Amino acid sequence: MAKVKGAIIIDKEKCKGCELCVVACPTNVIGMAPDVNGKGYHFAYAINPESCTGCENCAIVCPDGVISVYRVKVTVE
Amino acid sequence: MEIKDIIKEENLVYSKTKLLTDTTLTYCPGCGHGVAHRLLMEVIEEMNIREDTIGISPVGCSVFAYDFMDIDMAQAAHGRAPAVATGIKRCWPDKFVFTYQGDGDLAAIGTAETIHACNRGENFTIIFINNGIYGMTGGQMAPTTLPGMKSSTTPFGRDVSLMGNPIKITELVAQLPGTYFVSRQAVHKPANVRKAKKAIRTAFEVQQQKKGLSFVEIVSNCNSNWKMTPIQSNQWMEENMFPYYPIGDIKIEGKLIKTN
Repeated sequence: MAKVKGAIIIDKEKCKGCELCVVACPTNVIGMAPDVNGKGYHFAYAINPESCTGCENCAIVCPDGVISVYRVKVTVE
Repeated sequence: MEIKDIIKEENLVYSKTKLLTDTTLTYCPGCGHGVAHRLLMEVIEEMNIREDTIGISPVGCSVFAYDFMDIDMAQAAHGRAPAVATGIKRCWPDKFVFTYQGDGDLAAIGTAETIHACNRGENFTIIFINNGIYGMTGGQMAPTTLPGMKSSTTPFGRDVSLMGNPIKITELVAQLPGTYFVSRQAVHKPANVRKAKKAIRTAFEVQQQKKGLSFVEIVSNCNSNWKMTPIQSNQWMEENMFPYYPIGDIKIEGKLIKTN
């Protein structure tokens, strides 16, 4: 059976912490970091990266375009 | 499969388009301008018309659009973007010309330019960002402010008997014979973003076919001046803005499909 797996990279220095990606993610991959970046915002990061399906929802709602999405098809026995 | 095996160049499915510069956007966190900018640049990249596109940036929050969009841009006086676009398009009829305007720019000081450009059927695209407020200057009441909506100049809410009704400029221009494609979209949810991108793409295709003016309104939020978090402001927008500014295509191929 083929399964889709994804991964995201978030540019934490450009993230403004608006949290729109957190609500857009259907599999609750993204969370807000307790730390702050250089601008003083709590940045988004992949809190649960194993669940990512690479659906791109987080990346297309991000106003600052800080998220890159990678996706592969893996075969599961 | 490990995460580091997925993160490889050949598996990349989405990243910020190269047509946006690396300058950090000056917009507030959660502002719809960022998504609108990116959609516009993605459409231009997909149509491969970067060298043939000239944008007009307005006065307002998006005044620095020329710093973010890596294409040829001009900057117009407040509200006069459709007039500048008319001039550019008439000099270079084969170039793609678009204006990017907010509601204070397009629906208040630039009403005359907007309506007459639409009525003449000038062959360019207008992207209209409607957040119901003057965002850059501190959240004063705009012509598109909803009845009862609080702003810094209407602290008790917009009183329709004193301040008049909000203007539905998109429905207004759809009535004019010069417009060919008129649509209203939003960019707050993934599904809306995809539909908005399709509408912008259609708008540029109309321009390619030289059919007339194409007009895309994007209902957006202004969380700083609405005094809400980005998520709250998107919910507020769904509950309050969408009943007054319903999402959907209004005019397709020169025919009105929705009247409200």
